[in-house]
Amino acid sequence: MSQTIKITYREAFKQGLREALQNDDRIFLMGEDVGRYGGAFAVSKGLLQEFGEERIMDVPLSESGFVGAGIGAALAGMKPIVEVMTVNFGLLAMDQIVNNAATLLHMSGGQLNVPVVIRISCGIGQQLAAQHSHSWEPFFAQVPGLVVLSVGTHEDARGMLHTALQSPDPVIIIEYTSMLNLEKEISTDMGAVNITKAKVIKSGKDISIITYGTGVYKCLESADELAAEGIDAEVIDLRVLRPLDEETFLASVAKTHRALIVEDAWRSVSISSEISSRIMEKAFYELDASVKRLCGVEVPIPYPLHLEQASVPQKSDIVKAVKRIINP
Amino acid sequence: MPKTKSKKIDLDAKKSRHLFYQMLLIRKFEDKAAEEYTKAKIRGFLHLYIGEEAVAVGVIQALTDDDNVLCTYREHGHALARGMDAGAIMAEMYGKQEGCSRGRGGSMHLFDKSINFFGGNAIVAGHLPMAVGMALASKKQKKGNITCCFFGEGAAAEGEFHEAMNLAALWKVPVLFVCENNLYAMGTAIRYSHSVQELEKKGAAYGVESSAVNGMNLMDVIEAANEAVQKVRDNGKPYLLVCNTYRFRAHSMFDAELYRDKKEVEEWKKRDPIPEFQEFLLKQKIITEKEIKKIENQVDSEIQKAVDFAEAGTWEPIDQLTEFVYSENETK
Ligand SMILES: Cc1ncc(C[n+]2csc(CCOP(=O)(O)OP(=O)(O)O)c2C)c(N)n1
Repeated sequence: MSQTIKITYREAFKQGLREALQNDDRIFLMGEDVGRYGGAFAVSKGLLQEFGEERIMDVPLSESGFVGAGIGAALAGMKPIVEVMTVNFGLLAMDQIVNNAATLLHMSGGQLNVPVVIRISCGIGQQLAAQHSHSWEPFFAQVPGLVVLSVGTHEDARGMLHTALQSPDPVIIIEYTSMLNLEKEISTDMGAVNITKAKVIKSGKDISIITYGTGVYKCLESADELAAEGIDAEVIDLRVLRPLDEETFLASVAKTHRALIVEDAWRSVSISSEISSRIMEKAFYELDASVKRLCGVEVPIPYPLHLEQASVPQKSDIVKAVKRIINP
Repeated sequence: MPKTKSKKIDLDAKKSRHLFYQMLLIRKFEDKAAEEYTKAKIRGFLHLYIGEEAVAVGVIQALTDDDNVLCTYREHGHALARGMDAGAIMAEMYGKQEGCSRGRGGSMHLFDKSINFFGGNAIVAGHLPMAVGMALASKKQKKGNITCCFFGEGAAAEGEFHEAMNLAALWKVPVLFVCENNLYAMGTAIRYSHSVQELEKKGAAYGVESSAVNGMNLMDVIEAANEAVQKVRDNGKPYLLVCNTYRFRAHSMFDAELYRDKKEVEEWKKRDPIPEFQEFLLKQKIITEKEIKKIENQVDSEIQKAVDFAEAGTWEPIDQLTEFVYSENETK
């Protein structure tokens, strides 16, 4: 039997990063304040001292510039890990990501690979107000050519980077600031994880709760509460937002016949709208009830705690929604 | 250490006292904000301006009420210097609906249209192009006012800084760019973010007139700002004023300050703009020790009033969550 250790989400990322840097000389980390500051969220704290300035590069505030440079370095034989401090600032680099990283392979008729890994912190939950609380997963997930990973668990925090670095194509890893201090047990031999499949985190027979990112632990805890009331919910972590693994959630819906999709991102044109329509297209006759969604309220996220919390689905909302689907 | 020189500018006694009052108000207001933060009355990000007060006070005194002001997330000082009510700012940081932005924005998003204070932008350099646009609108409407835009040296590495400088010069619009060079962008020292560290040199490439000033000395800033503002007003063209300064506190309340030496901070504290200006006023016999005490007391009571106002403030009802996403009325 393998042993487990208690680890924070932050530490899991750091271990993955350190291991990557140890394994391959072509790998280097570049980003704002990743070195001397110790990482905006202390994920890369100590790595500059361990690996030196060549491998851990502090960059100026030039998101379009350094993300573009990361793409260029990947084109020319390096394996950069580019850290964009948060998705809010990642907007400044969208042109490079969408117009260069995602298209070069296609536009060059298959000649040019862009094996860049871009790590981005994301999400709401620290009262940072509208400009610092975005959930841009749907934005990235819309772009063919990108692999988009959403890190909803500690296992994935530990292992996704490793696999992403093997990808010949650009990978966006979306990390969640609000989870950094969260401690969980993971197996001590945790390493590389698959980055093509969604995962059934908890199996159940009554309803499929489909989610990603910060929704994963929230939905698991909701499922525990529901279990106490005799409702057996299945929880699915999508993990890979592009290309989407529909097999896993379609199979789940075929088993439970009910689905609730949970996300923090705004409702319109979101991940949940995509999942919902795929269920409609491919599993309509499996359904005993219409698909329901819990999403972010469509408002720029306000600063005060009570309004911030009202902007995204909470555990109590999930429990309530499931009960309403099962006992209409 | 540069000493206060006697200046060409004359400040009458009333204005001098007012400026001293403003600097002290900013300093003590922020000390209070930091205290309230540790009590979790204020949450989210809180970026303190302590050490840099001479810049906001020195530049904003040169503006008229009709001029526009745009700032970063480190803008409590600018808001106070512009005359925003301390209570409205404190209430905003508490997240109360009596705050200047109804509590929706918090510390990083102070707005007050009635005094042409256009905030509070938390995306580094995001407000520079907007400042150019506001100046363009002034020009098109022949309003005669100017737009003043504050930002850090870190922002000057962003493409938006360079685009804004070029556009402003190309279109000949009345905008004053004020770069507050406090030597660090979060933990990144200027030598790691700028190939040319004399930031005023960046003006020449775009045909924007520029100069640099000791931002730790109020009289120096006033002189430089008066001159820069006059130029922008007279010839309708952009100007880049670099104020060399230092932040005494951490970048935000989350910063462990691993990137700089405590000794360096202590050295800079010897150049604290507030005691320096106080000494200058005393030496020039513009102010007496007794008056200083009186001003200190006034500041303390204004801050207490602000905290009381914030404490007494109310939470916006949750059913109003989706307000202000679209306008109810047609634009005027
Ligand atoms: C586009 C963008 N990138 C990164 C950040 C995160 N961030 C906030 S403030 C800051 C440092 C900015 O430094 P500077 O412009 O010198 O202003 P200062 O904070 O020193 O006043 C950084 C990196 C941001 N808010 N926006």
